[in-house]
This record gives sequence, structure tokens and C-alpha cells, in this order.
Amino acid sequence: MSGGLLELRQLRKNFGGVVATNDVSLRFEPGTLSAIIGPNGAGKTTLFHLITGKLPVSGGEVLLDGSAITGLDRTEIVRRGIGRAFQVANLFPSFVVRDALAAALMAHAGRTASLARSFPPRDVAERADEVMELCGLAHLAGTESRHLSHGDQKLLDIALALALDPKVLLLDEPTAGMGPDERWRMIERVHGLWLARGLTLVFIEHDMDIVFKISQSVRVLRYGAVLAEGTPDEIRRNPAVIEAYLGEEHAL
Amino acid sequence: MARDILLAGVILAGFLGLEFTGLGSSGLLDFAIRFAIFGLLAMSLNLLIGTTGLVSFGHAAYFGMGAYSFGLLMQSGGWSIPAAIAVAILATALLALVVGALCVRLSEIYFAFLTLAFQMLLHSLILSWIGLTGGDQGLMGGIPKPAFWGIELAKPAHLAGFGMFCLLLSVVLLRQIIRSPFGAALRMLRDNPDRAGFLGLSVYRYRLAAFVIAGAFAGLSGVLMSLYVSGAFPTFAFWTTSGEAIFMIMLGGIQVFLGPLVGTAIFLLLNDWITALTEHHGLFMGTILLIITLGLRKGLLDFVMEWRAARRRAAP
Repeated sequence: MSGGLLELRQLRKNFGGVVATNDVSLRFEPGTLSAIIGPNGAGKTTLFHLITGKLPVSGGEVLLDGSAITGLDRTEIVRRGIGRAFQVANLFPSFVVRDALAAALMAHAGRTASLARSFPPRDVAERADEVMELCGLAHLAGTESRHLSHGDQKLLDIALALALDPKVLLLDEPTAGMGPDERWRMIERVHGLWLARGLTLVFIEHDMDIVFKISQSVRVLRYGAVLAEGTPDEIRRNPAVIEAYLGEEHAL
Repeated sequence: MARDILLAGVILAGFLGLEFTGLGSSGLLDFAIRFAIFGLLAMSLNLLIGTTGLVSFGHAAYFGMGAYSFGLLMQSGGWSIPAAIAVAILATALLALVVGALCVRLSEIYFAFLTLAFQMLLHSLILSWIGLTGGDQGLMGGIPKPAFWGIELAKPAHLAGFGMFCLLLSVVLLRQIIRSPFGAALRMLRDNPDRAGFLGLSVYRYRLAAFVIAGAFAGLSGVLMSLYVSGAFPTFAFWTTSGEAIFMIMLGGIQVFLGPLVGTAIFLLLNDWITALTEHHGLFMGTILLIITLGLRKGLLDFVMEWRAARRRAAP
């Protein structure tokens, strides 16, 4: 499936008196690779929660390919084509990798009501194998999720989202908690997935070297609002961003 | 699957044949039928605890429901045993559907206590509805056991064979359920209900389905119990019965499919030996359970399987 167009219009979220998301309007073109950066507490993860329906919005709209998905049930939002991987890998610990992917595929397709067949059916197992191949998890097919390394757990988390054929994939800090080498391996993997699938990919990242190396466009959030957006070069020249977040180290 | 059913048939035939050989000692038969009853109860409860991650404290309600509804049907006269068993299982499933619909929305401790509350409700109902149930005297007067398909359940060997047949058939069915896509969905709910819901599973419906299935198998176990004692008693639906089933699961292990059966065998054997040795039965039983639970930190089969898996990982 190719990429979808994700638009946020005047998106708002209040927690009591605190404005966590303040009239955010952003547009992610089909098939693009975008980074979202910003200081801690800028509302990056909250933005993902709003897009995926994990939190109800206080105002504004989320549109996928032009139709509003705001207020839909989060399962329905997944069905419409928005996938998400989590900051802390959110897995099925006792499932081996292949079964976890097969189970995700079947749950998504509404095929888990069957009592008579064996799990996983062959066609589903084959699709699980494809996803494993794509994510570089094939050699771990028979390993229980809880015994995977930290990096492989994050990879499986992404694979679970990817198995559902999303048009838009949201990755919340795919490299969180990894060492420098593992971090680059992970991001190359993500980059490869994006190239292979042509989906619209949006990721939150704290490592500026990674952000500026691979993303086509960057959005900067601060205090829940959009501080700046543009190409990596534009962002590195933007005085407001340098002052608020980047510091001189990453400026051009 | 076909092979398993054949095996079940052979076991049934074997027990039926015992009376001709004269080998069937009453102690062995007695143990076999009790093993079938409590093994089935423990296996059915483990579909909730081990597979779905729902710890029910009120599973004995369905054991009691199966026993009483079967007993009452047979005493009312005119019912054949297979028909009465089918109706008793259906009635139990219906009760589980109603109770489950109210309970499975809740998680963990609230779920556990609400299931317990409904069980105690049923227990009080049995005690107070004396006209129907005989109150604390239980269902008196014996349960008629007309022969069917050449099986005479009034004979201990036939009853033991029939019990083992039911147990094996249920174990095969439960195994198929756990290995099916539906079973995979239940395991997803146990591992991570949040993500399972995110993937499109209805947490509520699948939990409810598991609750009803587990209740139905517990109902069958109750039917066997009422055949065994030729009656039905309020203790069937008392919390101690639920507790014993949980003990059996904990002794044998919840992660390995046949763990509850191992636990049932240990529990029954311990129970018999200790009862023969001392009158302070509860004290010794409790101490032994405490030692096993605290010593192994898991059921026996879980312990053995994990130990083997760790050894395999250590020596590739």
C-alpha cells in the first residue's frame, strides 16, 4: 500500500487548564519521511495520541486522504490505515516472533473467531514471514518476544504496526534507549522500510544527527505549538529553533 | 484429533471391560473418577487463568450449576443421561453468559471478587431454596442412572470409564480451542490487552466467550460429580471448591497445557494420604501447599519446562 496524506487542522488538546496541543496545523504529504522534534514536554507524543485516537481531541481535525478520522474509535483509525509503534515496545511477551505477527494480522483481518482451524493458517504465516524478512527479523522467527534484545523488541513493535499495511506509520522514538551503533542500524532499517513500502512515515526523534541525515522535512514543536517547519537545512538555519532547542552545536 | 477420540474410546472400552477381568479395584476406580472430575474442573479453569489471564475465584458456581441442574433433571424423571448432560451443560453456559457479561468488563482483582460474589450468591440461593434444592441437606434420594448405549453408570467401572472418556474428550477440545486462531486471540488478551484491542480485537467479546466455554466445561465436571456422589450438595458451589481448583492449577502449572491435570493428581494423592494419616488434615495439606508454592514459585510442570528450556539455552 502506498503512502497516505495526513493533515492536522487546528488540533487542540487541553488537560484541565494546561494546553498540551495548541492549534497545531500540519500537512504530511503522501510518501514523505518527516521528523518531529522538540524539547521534552513539547507535546510530541500527545500529538501521536490524538492522531491515533488514544486521546480524544479538544478541538480541530485529523484528516487521512481528505476524510476526517477525528473522534473515530482507535481500532477504526488503525483500519483506515494509520499504524503506530510505541516508545516502549508494546508486545505480546509469550508469543514467538512469527506467531505475534500472524496474530496481529488475523486480529486486524477479523479472522480470530475460528475455533476449528489451527493457528497460524498457512497464508497468514507466509505474510508474517514477508514482514519478518522486510524488518530483518527472519532469523528470530521462533524466539519468544520476551527473550528478544531491546533493539529487536523495538523492531518487532514496528513490524506489528507494519503488518497491518498502514498508509501512514507513526514511530515514537524508534531509537530510544539504544547505544550509538544499534541506533544507526535501527534507523537504516526504518529508512529501508520507508523506501520499500513508500508509506508516509512520521517519527519523533531526539538524536539530531539522525534527524538531519534521513528526514525530508522537520517539524519543531514547543509548548504544544508548531515553532517551525521546513527542510533539515532550513531548520538548522532558523534562529528561533537554534535558540529554543538546537543550540549552536547543530546550527549551520 | 481423530486419533485422540479413538484413544478416548479405547479408554472407555477398557474401563467397561474391567468388570469382566476382575482387575478393577475399587480404590483405583474411585481415584479415576475423582481425577476425571477435578481434572476437568481444573483444566476448564485454566482456560481462564492460564490462557486468557482472567483469575476467577468463582469457578465453582458452574461446577455446582452443572451438578444441580443435571441432578434435578434426572430426578424429575423421563430424561436420558446424554440428553440431561447436554441440557445441564447448556444451562451452565447460560449462567456463565449472564455472570460473565457483568464480570469480564472488570479487570484483575475486581473481576476476581465479582466472580466470587456471584458464586456466593448461587451458594446462598441453593441453601435457601429448600423446596427445589433440599437446602443444606443437598439433593437427596439418589440420582437415577438408566443405562444408555450399553453403559451402566451405576457400576463403578463404567462410571470411571465414562468420566475418563469425558475428561479426555474435553482435553482434546480444549487443546484445539487453545491452538485455534480464537485461542491465539485469548493469549493476546492475556499478554497485552491494550495492544490486542488496538489491533482490532474486542476484549470484551473474547473474554466473555472464554468465560462461557470455561463455564460449560466446569458444568460437565459438575455433572460427573453428581453422578459420582449420586446427589448434589451446596459445597459444590462454595468458595472452597473454587479454591481447590486454583490450588490444583498452581500445583501443576498454568503455562503448560496439561499442568492442571498433574496438579489434580498431586492434590488428590496428597489429600488421600494425609486423610489416612492424620485428623489434622487441613494443617498438613496447607503446609505442603505452602512449601511447594513458595519453594518452586510456580507449578511443577511450569518449573520442569522452564528448567529444561534454560538448560537448552545454556548448552546450544
